[in-house]
This record gives sequence, C-alpha cells and structure tokens, in this order.
Amino acid sequence: MRPDDRKYRPSHEWVKVDGDIAYVGITDYAVSHLSDLVFLDLPDIGTDVMANEPFGEIESVKAVSDLYCPVTGEIVEQNDDLQADLGILGKDPWNKGWMVKIKMMTPSEVDGLMDAAAYEKVVEAEG
Amino acid sequence: MIDFGGWEMPVSYSDISEEHAVVREKVGLFDLCHMGRIAISGPDAEKLVQGAQTNDLGRIKENQIRYAMLLNDAGGVLDDILVHRRPHDIFLVVNASNYDRDYDRLVELSAAMGRDAKIERLDELGMLALQGPKSVDVLKTLQASGLSDIDFDGIGYYRLAEGKVLGQAATVTRTGYTGEDGFEIYLGNDYLTTLWDELMKAGEPFGLQPVGLGARDTLRLEAGMPLYGHEITETINPVEAGLMFGVRLKKDNYPGRDVLAQVKKEGPNRQLLGLTVEGRRIPRQGYTVFSGETEVGFVTSGTWSPSFERAIATALVNSSAVDSELSVDIRGRRAAARRVELPFYKRDGSGSLNS
Repeated sequence: MRPDDRKYRPSHEWVKVDGDIAYVGITDYAVSHLSDLVFLDLPDIGTDVMANEPFGEIESVKAVSDLYCPVTGEIVEQNDDLQADLGILGKDPWNKGWMVKIKMMTPSEVDGLMDAAAYEKVVEAEG
Repeated sequence: MIDFGGWEMPVSYSDISEEHAVVREKVGLFDLCHMGRIAISGPDAEKLVQGAQTNDLGRIKENQIRYAMLLNDAGGVLDDILVHRRPHDIFLVVNASNYDRDYDRLVELSAAMGRDAKIERLDELGMLALQGPKSVDVLKTLQASGLSDIDFDGIGYYRLAEGKVLGQAATVTRTGYTGEDGFEIYLGNDYLTTLWDELMKAGEPFGLQPVGLGARDTLRLEAGMPLYGHEITETINPVEAGLMFGVRLKKDNYPGRDVLAQVKKEGPNRQLLGLTVEGRRIPRQGYTVFSGETEVGFVTSGTWSPSFERAIATALVNSSAVDSELSVDIRGRRAAARRVELPFYKRDGSGSLNS
C-alpha cells in the first residue's frame, strides 16, 4: 500500500497537504514506469498553476511526459536537490522526492482527489 | 511492452542504462524474432538479388554477409537489409516493419525480370542475438556442454556458419546492431525458448542479462548505425545518409542506381550529421535544427547516451549549413549543438566521443 497521508491523481502525481501548503511529487509507479530519467522542468517560484493543467515536464530516455497539477495556487518553492540528482526520485519519491510546494488558493480541491486505495486500483488496471 | 512492427516487445527488462552497460562491458541477450527473413534460391537467385539491392553479390563470398539496401526508383530507401550468402541460398534479413513490402517487392521484381527463383519467407525461424565482449565465451560454454557443434570462435566478423544448435539446423552469424562483438542465431521457433533458457544459464557466470528495445536503440545510435524510419526513409537516399559503403554503383542495374550515381556526382543537398547537444534534454526525432535563425534540417534520432552521459543525435542537415554553428529547438528552447564524426562509439576506442 502506498502512503495514505496524501492524495493522488490518476496521472500518477501525489499531493500532501501541510496547512495551506501542498507538496507535489510523482509516485513510485510513475518513476519506475518512466525509468532512466534525464531532465525535470519545473515552473519558477511565483508562477500561478491550475489544478488539472500541466505544470512541468519530466523527460526520460523513453519519452517526455507532462506533470499535471493536483491543486490551484502559486509555486512557493522548488526542490533544488532534485534538480541536482534525479536519482532521488528512484530512492524516495514520497519524501525527499517532492518537486514543488504550492500555496493553495482553494484547499478543498484536495478532497476531490483519490485516496491511496483508489490510486492502487489505477495502478493495478495499468498493470 | 510496446507494439513494434506488429510484435509485442519489452522496451527494457530492467532499465535501459543498465542493459546498455551490460552489452558494452559483458554480454546481453536479445529476442529478435520480429526481424523478417527471406531465403532466395533457384537457378536465377543470384541474378534476382543482384538486380534488386545495392551491394554487389560478386564481392560477397560464400558464408560472407554484407549490408545493403532496397531502393525505390527515386533512390529513396525502402529498407536496409543484411545479405547472407549461404552455400545453398541467399538469405536476407530485413526490418519487421518492412517485411511484407520487401517480400512483395522481390516477387514483383522477379516477375518483371523473368527470373526463375524461389522466394521464401522463413517465418518458422526465430532469432536471438548475443552482443558484448563476452558473447563468444557464452557460446563456447554452450558448445562445451554439447548443445552445439558449431565452432563459434572460428566465425569471422560478418561471416556465418551453419550447424546444429540443440540438435536442430541453425545458422549463426557474427553480426549485430550494438557496436560490440556478437552473434545472431537463427533456429526453429519451437526450440527458441529452450535456447533462450540455455543461453541465460550459460551466460550467468559472464553477467549475461536480457536486453530490450530501449537499449538496442541507445547502443545502435552510439555506434552510428541507421534505423529505418529515422536515418533512412523513402525520401532519404544512401548518399545523404552516408551509407555508400553498402552501395555499389558499378554493377548491373537495380532500382535507384542511376539516380544515386547522379546524386553522388553532384553532391547531396543534405547530409546526415552526428551531433552532441548541450544540456540534459533529449533532441528527439523531428525536432528542428537551426543555423542562426534559419531552419537547416531536422533530428533523425536522439537519445541520452549512457556511455558518454550526454545528449547525442543524428540529424539531416542542408549541405550548405553543415559547418556552421548549429542548434536544436527542444520544445521551444534552443540548445547548442556541435557536429562530431559518426560513429560516436567504436569498440576499438576510435569513435568521436571515445577519447
């Protein structure tokens, strides 16, 4: 079972809430499915992002994939450690592997996202 | 798993960079059953093949193998193939995606030329490859354990041997698509899973691992080998693609020959270049190449090179711009590119990025 202290999108992003700040990353399934990561493109601090819209790109040897934002708000921090070493995503996608912190405009948006059990079914379906 | 020419194939068994390194340093096992195989025999086999493809059969001795292409009348490439001269037939190995078209083309050419030749699809044959410096050791183990009577070590580069593997008729060639020493084994489909298991077992002490399509692509691109649909297509000719080593202009006629002779004489309008590209992003097929603010070409293949840990690409660039300062538009941002000789990698250390 994946961590149940957070919510998930079917496109394999997770969001973890701390007050009005949302930490956003991608799941272990996404990391293993992409494999051989080479590049991560994230929005600058101060950028407004919209729920369900692409906020960045992650590139692996295989392909470029959009990252979809789980919540609406403003980027307040990027994970610089991750930019220096994408290998962190393989080791710890849940904690050290967070990508951005977003100051949420509508924190209740998170309630509409999937819990860990529902996300588990998405992963099973994709096999 | 992805669809590749109608075959379900794994992009990787573990991960691409690990599989890539295994082939460069040890030995990798490839399932290549998707490749097309055509045998040509009969009284006019020689004349048919000579009149159908770009290389000169007169220079391919028994048990030798050469690279060649099938062209359209405009000199564009319909497929790239390996021509094997076996004692009893001429054996062509072609790309999965072009298999049907190649077969039809040969039948059509044979009829048009009035040749008495038998053209057979060898769909009952499967194909595995061992690639990497330890390939020969794995096969020697197989031989020592009585599973084959073939003297693998005695097969020269781009040569073949026939014999028994698992008690069945097999053809083994010293060829590959990785830039490493290696072998390709053709054996009846019914015995292929057993052969796979036996090779996995024989290879264990040598660090053998199975390798998927992802690393097959990074390996071939580092080695400067073309992939159909990328470096060569129906609208790219062998002069542009730098593949004239597989073309003989001074022999009897074949489709596309006269056009190629003309292109060669006048010089090609475009040339395939090797590029290294700044940054960590991958220049992918179709991305535009610029000289200053002018569009001068497009990327044909690109990847993150596991051996050199940098972005590499091949690109088809207007001949007038090949020596200018180039850049590639990667998803809206410009990345500086530097022209380097192909191949990027050679196992003797003489590739442009080996140094």
